[in-house]
Amino acid sequence: MTPYRPFSADHRSIGINYLLLALCAVTIGTLLSLFMRIHIIAPFLRLPFFGVVPPEGYLALVTMHGTLMVFFVLTSAPVNGFASLVLPSQIGARSMALPRLNAVSFWLTTLSLAVLLAAFFVPGGAPISGWTNYPPLSGIAAAGPGQATGMDLWLISIGIFCIASVLHAVCLLTTIWTRRCAGMFWARLPLTVWSWLTTAVLMFFAFSVLLAAVVLLLSDRHFGTGFFIPKGEVINGMMYDRLHPHADGSPMLWLHLFWFFGHPEVYIAILPAMGLATSLLANFLRRPPVSYRFMVATTLAIGAFGLMVWGHHMFVSGMNPYAGTVFGLMTMAIAVPSSGKALGWFAMLFQGRETRIRPLPSPMLFILGFLSFFVSGGLTGPILAQPVLDAYLHNTYFVVGHFHLIMAMAGVFALFAAVYYWFPLMTGRLMNDRLGKWHFWLSLLGAYGTFFPMYDAGLAGLPRHYAQLTGSTSTVASMLRLQTGITHSALLLASAQLLFLVNLFWSARRGAIAPENPWQATTLEWTASDLKECQVSHSPYEYRFDGNALSPVMQCSFQQKQE
Amino acid sequence: MPVLGAFIIKTIWWMPPDGSLHGPAADGLLWFNLVVLGLLLLLAQALLIFVFLRRTHPNNLSERGPKGSKGLFSSTHAKKLLWRYELLPLIALTLLYTGLAIAAQRLWAANRFQGASPQALQVEVTGVQFQWYFRYPGPDAVFGSTRAELVNAPAGNPLGLDPADARGQDDIVSSVLVLPAGREVDLGIRSLDVIHGFFVPGMRVKQNAVPGMEMHIHFTPTIPGDYPILCSQICGSGHARMQTHLRVVPEAEYKTWLSQHGRKRAAE
Ligand code: HEM
Ligand SMILES: [Cu+2]
Ligand SMILES: [Cu+2]
Repeated sequence: MTPYRPFSADHRSIGINYLLLALCAVTIGTLLSLFMRIHIIAPFLRLPFFGVVPPEGYLALVTMHGTLMVFFVLTSAPVNGFASLVLPSQIGARSMALPRLNAVSFWLTTLSLAVLLAAFFVPGGAPISGWTNYPPLSGIAAAGPGQATGMDLWLISIGIFCIASVLHAVCLLTTIWTRRCAGMFWARLPLTVWSWLTTAVLMFFAFSVLLAAVVLLLSDRHFGTGFFIPKGEVINGMMYDRLHPHADGSPMLWLHLFWFFGHPEVYIAILPAMGLATSLLANFLRRPPVSYRFMVATTLAIGAFGLMVWGHHMFVSGMNPYAGTVFGLMTMAIAVPSSGKALGWFAMLFQGRETRIRPLPSPMLFILGFLSFFVSGGLTGPILAQPVLDAYLHNTYFVVGHFHLIMAMAGVFALFAAVYYWFPLMTGRLMNDRLGKWHFWLSLLGAYGTFFPMYDAGLAGLPRHYAQLTGSTSTVASMLRLQTGITHSALLLASAQLLFLVNLFWSARRGAIAPENPWQATTLEWTASDLKECQVSHSPYEYRFDGNALSPVMQCSFQQKQE
Repeated sequence: MPVLGAFIIKTIWWMPPDGSLHGPAADGLLWFNLVVLGLLLLLAQALLIFVFLRRTHPNNLSERGPKGSKGLFSSTHAKKLLWRYELLPLIALTLLYTGLAIAAQRLWAANRFQGASPQALQVEVTGVQFQWYFRYPGPDAVFGSTRAELVNAPAGNPLGLDPADARGQDDIVSSVLVLPAGREVDLGIRSLDVIHGFFVPGMRVKQNAVPGMEMHIHFTPTIPGDYPILCSQICGSGHARMQTHLRVVPEAEYKTWLSQHGRKRAAE
């Protein structure tokens, strides 16, 4: 194993860099979410760092929380981090095709994170328009505190992030295309690689469009263009056009550009998790997926449809209602390959070899947790795909519950599984399984307690982004008890992560030394030997049995030339 | 059965009671969705728990059968599994999703594809950070023109009504929405500054208010009562405060309310 050299262009080191970056981001993002949760139920409580949070402070927290989590956690870790760490060895390559580009994209991402966090420290503070930043709120500095310098920093940060992500996508695509070793035909790629391939294509298109959108918005803010701001705009009772003459634009353009990025983005976050789930299930159940082709086909279908359903975020935004129909039907269509994936996993579970490992090791537990969240978050997707129902549920807590279960919790549980599973590749050691189990069960409990009741709050009509549960109407005030319960669960959920941190740092130094192939896997990242004369001769998940003894067949066969 | 359904909808249901004509059909569909998908959810979680708890006999490799370890890789066996566990259930789910989509799209089309009937009551809704304004056209049934440069809330002209326009003289501007029960209303929804979300949970109505454009939605309130109006699109620091009320009243009471407000305006 190559030593960890953070400033090199070595792909493993860059992978670890990305994961450490994501760890920082997730730590901050989680703290911010706790501040939000506490603020909702106790608006006048004094919080560390922030003091008494004003309403715009809550919105700044939401915006930064969402941005950190979506970009710097769920994009940086599963795609950039783990792909850098294991993708080259999984396809039998010794390095990325463009190692320098890989390094450049990591350092740009770091710069982008620094710029984003700087928004907390400028006058006015961080932006308050949510991670979607709809104009004119995001287009005009006078629209609210945080919308001046804070908003500029957000846009610059995300612009840099887009460049880094497009570069990384190019790097992944080139590597998969050109660096597969002898015998690694398309039909022998591990399913994780198919996922990363699809994800990279989505990243390439989605982040290019977001970059364009961000540049246009910056130009509206500073160069007097009018892409997103209509004529006759009044802000704070003043005619905006008088001081800032501009052409006639429409915020709807931003919505389309943003969601053209935003929807693929959720697949960027979850596709690698899907590939991981299939691979780990195969490994721990000692059986291949029921149909490899079915798994590949559903991955590709999700990727392809994923680019065509962005309008489901816009049913009641002012979009033509006929467009709502088309996007509603397209979205329903994407539920089919997604359900297919879930069925594929359940089929594996039912047909698993009875010799699978007992008791289940922590990575497997986290994959089961991923499955559980994938179903409980995913099944509300078809509800939100029906425009007439979304017209009630849009922008309520129902949606917050939906995306936290399917994207945040499923995504994060898959990340945990990946960390527990691939930890030996980073440190040569295993993580502590006991602590891992405690971490799993407490997190599962906390996550369900936090996000499932949000469905109820949404059905009751509570809109999201509400800093306080006060006001003249009964709907909002009646939610206090439910929200208090949610906050307590969130505290449990966040505290459980301390176990993970302890486990991580302790195991990195003191964990049990890992054997060469600790999980008896069959994919190439577990062959420690030099991959120079690697010749792949097997499909990725062959778990055979000699009598009753498991004999996994490594994809590459340089030990057993006789076959 | 329908009675039981109605009972469940009215009692254990978390949603606020519906007061609109189009609401019950959408609620019924939502209820059906929640029950069917909820059952699927429970089924899936039960299977996961079952898999987790399943007792294993380390040496019982039953599925390998007489063909030994080849079983898993033999193509007929795999094909059988593919159909049994993946394709057939997937076809069933696809049919379910298709059914849901068709039912939902029919309701959507009924609510949104056509505009309001010409007799519908016209009311203009305007969102401004962090207030809703409702404008009624008055006896002449025509709205006066507004101009952005005339907007001046402290001087009592939050919408920028043009004083030179005679059609606007009788317009009524209110901060609560009062509607007569049983009459269709056509709301023209706009915003002066940023995007707001006009959300009336009790009417099952939501539509964003986007500056630069006017969106129309229409519905018929049926049950008199007080219904919260909320802002559902993040619009700045006062977003959570941007609440007001819809009062649905009998026709006669509505007439009185209108004439009182009209007179107040005239007296100014
Ligand atoms: C401890 C775990 C977490 C808690 C307690 C939590 C809580 C919250 C809360 C309270 C909101 C604001 C809802 C609103 O007012 O609209 C929110 C928004 C959001 N969260 Fe989380 N969250 C957690 C983890 C995550 C993770 C892991 C992700 C990764 C995808 C995530 C992504 C988001 C996004 C995208 C938003 C929307 C932000 C916006 O609207 O601008 N959250 N979260
Ligand atoms: Cu989407
Ligand atoms: Cu608002």
